[in-house]
Amino acid sequence: MSDKEKINQITRERERWENTTLPKWMGQRPERKSEFRNHSDTLIKRVYTPEDIKDLDYMRDLGLPGEYPFTRGVHATMYRGRLWTMRQFSGYGTAEQTNQRFKYLLKEGETGLSIAFDYPTIRGYDSDNPFSQGEVGTCGVAVASLKDMEVLFDGIPLDKVTTSMTVNGPAAMLLAMYIAVGDKQGVSREKLGGTTQNDVLKEFFAQKLIIFPPKPSIKLVTDIVEYCTKHMPRWNPISISGYHIREAGSNAVQELAFTLYDGITYVESCLERGMKVDEFAPRLSFFFASHNNLFEEVAKFRAARRIWAKVMKERFHAKNSRSMWMRMHVQTSGCTLTAQQPLNNITRTTIQALAAVLGGTQSLHTNSFDEALCLPTEDAVKVALRTQQIIAHESGSADTIDPLAGCYYIECLTNEMEGQAMDYIQRIDDMGGATVAIERGFFQKEIADSAYKYQGETDEKKRIIVGVNEYTTGEDAAIPILRIDPKVEEKQVAGLQKLRRERDNRKVDEVLEELHYAAEKDENLMPVIIEAVKAYATIGEMCGVLRKIYGEYKELIVI
Amino acid sequence: MQSERKIRILIAKPGLDSHDRGAKIVARALRDAGMEVIYTGLRQTPEQIVETALQEDVDIIGLSILSGAHKVLFPRIMELVEQKGLTDVMVFAGGIIPEEDVPEMKKLGIKEIFGPGTPTEKIVQFVFENLPERT
Repeated sequence: MSDKEKINQITRERERWENTTLPKWMGQRPERKSEFRNHSDTLIKRVYTPEDIKDLDYMRDLGLPGEYPFTRGVHATMYRGRLWTMRQFSGYGTAEQTNQRFKYLLKEGETGLSIAFDYPTIRGYDSDNPFSQGEVGTCGVAVASLKDMEVLFDGIPLDKVTTSMTVNGPAAMLLAMYIAVGDKQGVSREKLGGTTQNDVLKEFFAQKLIIFPPKPSIKLVTDIVEYCTKHMPRWNPISISGYHIREAGSNAVQELAFTLYDGITYVESCLERGMKVDEFAPRLSFFFASHNNLFEEVAKFRAARRIWAKVMKERFHAKNSRSMWMRMHVQTSGCTLTAQQPLNNITRTTIQALAAVLGGTQSLHTNSFDEALCLPTEDAVKVALRTQQIIAHESGSADTIDPLAGCYYIECLTNEMEGQAMDYIQRIDDMGGATVAIERGFFQKEIADSAYKYQGETDEKKRIIVGVNEYTTGEDAAIPILRIDPKVEEKQVAGLQKLRRERDNRKVDEVLEELHYAAEKDENLMPVIIEAVKAYATIGEMCGVLRKIYGEYKELIVI
Repeated sequence: MQSERKIRILIAKPGLDSHDRGAKIVARALRDAGMEVIYTGLRQTPEQIVETALQEDVDIIGLSILSGAHKVLFPRIMELVEQKGLTDVMVFAGGIIPEEDVPEMKKLGIKEIFGPGTPTEKIVQFVFENLPERT
């Protein structure tokens, strides 16, 4: 029997089933809802069969692990060779406190570091700026100068860990500080491994922690990519991020499409700079969220890899297969955590983390159960890390590569998500690209609409959130809350003012002036920023110089 | 015929955090409920917020904060509200504000604090039930 005949036979059998077996059951046990939809609003069928993947061509669409189109994973051995990096995003209070947290996590088996900076730092303000009042060390660690970074990595050899830094506007300054700490430890730039998020595009419409307008922002991103391509072969200069798009309220398809489009835009910017695609593309990395719908998320990760491989090959004519690799970090979804019955969040995080592993991530952060209430306590973060270790060592999920491949449902969803994402990519191309879409508020509106819809469905109980709109039991169990001592701010400000008194201020003025000239001349700013950082110029001072030249971005408000 | 004046409400985000998903959803829900909503975007200082409230002649201010800076910023905002003579404006808030901080915030004159997971309908209803006398 040919494949076509086999499918026809299944179709006949399914139709028979729908007319005989199914109606009997539907009479006795009708379905719970008139229709089932996932987060992306895709209609989910009652049952998936070989009919749904009849056009799937194994070698064309899936291939083997480590080979084009990388649907099954970027490495040929995947987790059988090495587990994903367990990388907990952490930072609070002073650099001393976060240094202790880093050491604690490494001792408990974490395999990579990830720095959460406080809001003043990521917005390019010093800890003593009036804007920083009340915000110093509250949502991350305060790092105003190289002094803080030295303390942050005290006793942590930079050639033994890789570090991810969630920073965008002032990414160049914080990378420069990391390089400077490496220099002091005697670890050369070639040996430094890690990632700077450095994805400004999504800032304009999702995370919105932006300093400069789009053009100079993209220029700074490209400076870092160019610098790292030449001097830091183990560094991922950019982590093209869908996480914040999803957290701001998008659905999974929008997260996928907008993230990939941002990636396309950075590749174009690097090509315009005169770089060769196969020189920089292998170090581009990605960052996604993992939400509650297990299968939708797995399909999203698989579709993401396949689309990126095709884009790099067909649109940008990459030759090196590494340029076609989508390596990704995943974080479980913060916005799914509930303040009500917080222990339930451990279960949510487990499902989301499992999706990331079944989806083939390279690196994973698991949220702590208390994060709808505060930054995680030590006990809460330990459970989060243990969740990853249990998945890795006890669940069997890491024993074979891409275990859900071939599942009718997963392959069908993977295909559908690819198609839906490509439709968006086409629309944005037609619009004139990402910056035009940002200026028109296109992304912002799409995200706001999805967020409002999600909330409406929750309010109307079309979407059940356990412990929030169903199974509520009144009194919630009180859990310990991590509180940031207000003295952190006093201490940080005092330290910063002491630094300003004790450093060589003439040298600082000189390097800031050099930074000013380099920015005016549109040079690559990384070398001069490294000099400025080493002279202990602060984040606020360096960003201040650039604010004068580039101006500040004014948010386009789309409700 | 003079049409009835719509309820005017300012939704504001003090501080540096950029979690505006909740603020925008609440703004939209209140607008859908027939109110005139003014949303000024992220990173507003207490001075800017109170100045906007004054200029826009709002009846209500809704504050959203998730950064943990409420203990510093809310007292400052309420101080300015008083200084500028906006004492007939009703102020409520939402975001991530630990339960144990709520009494202190209410003592400042903030009428209600809504935590994560609050249905938007509940906020709309609260606003209608607690309109200041000036409306």
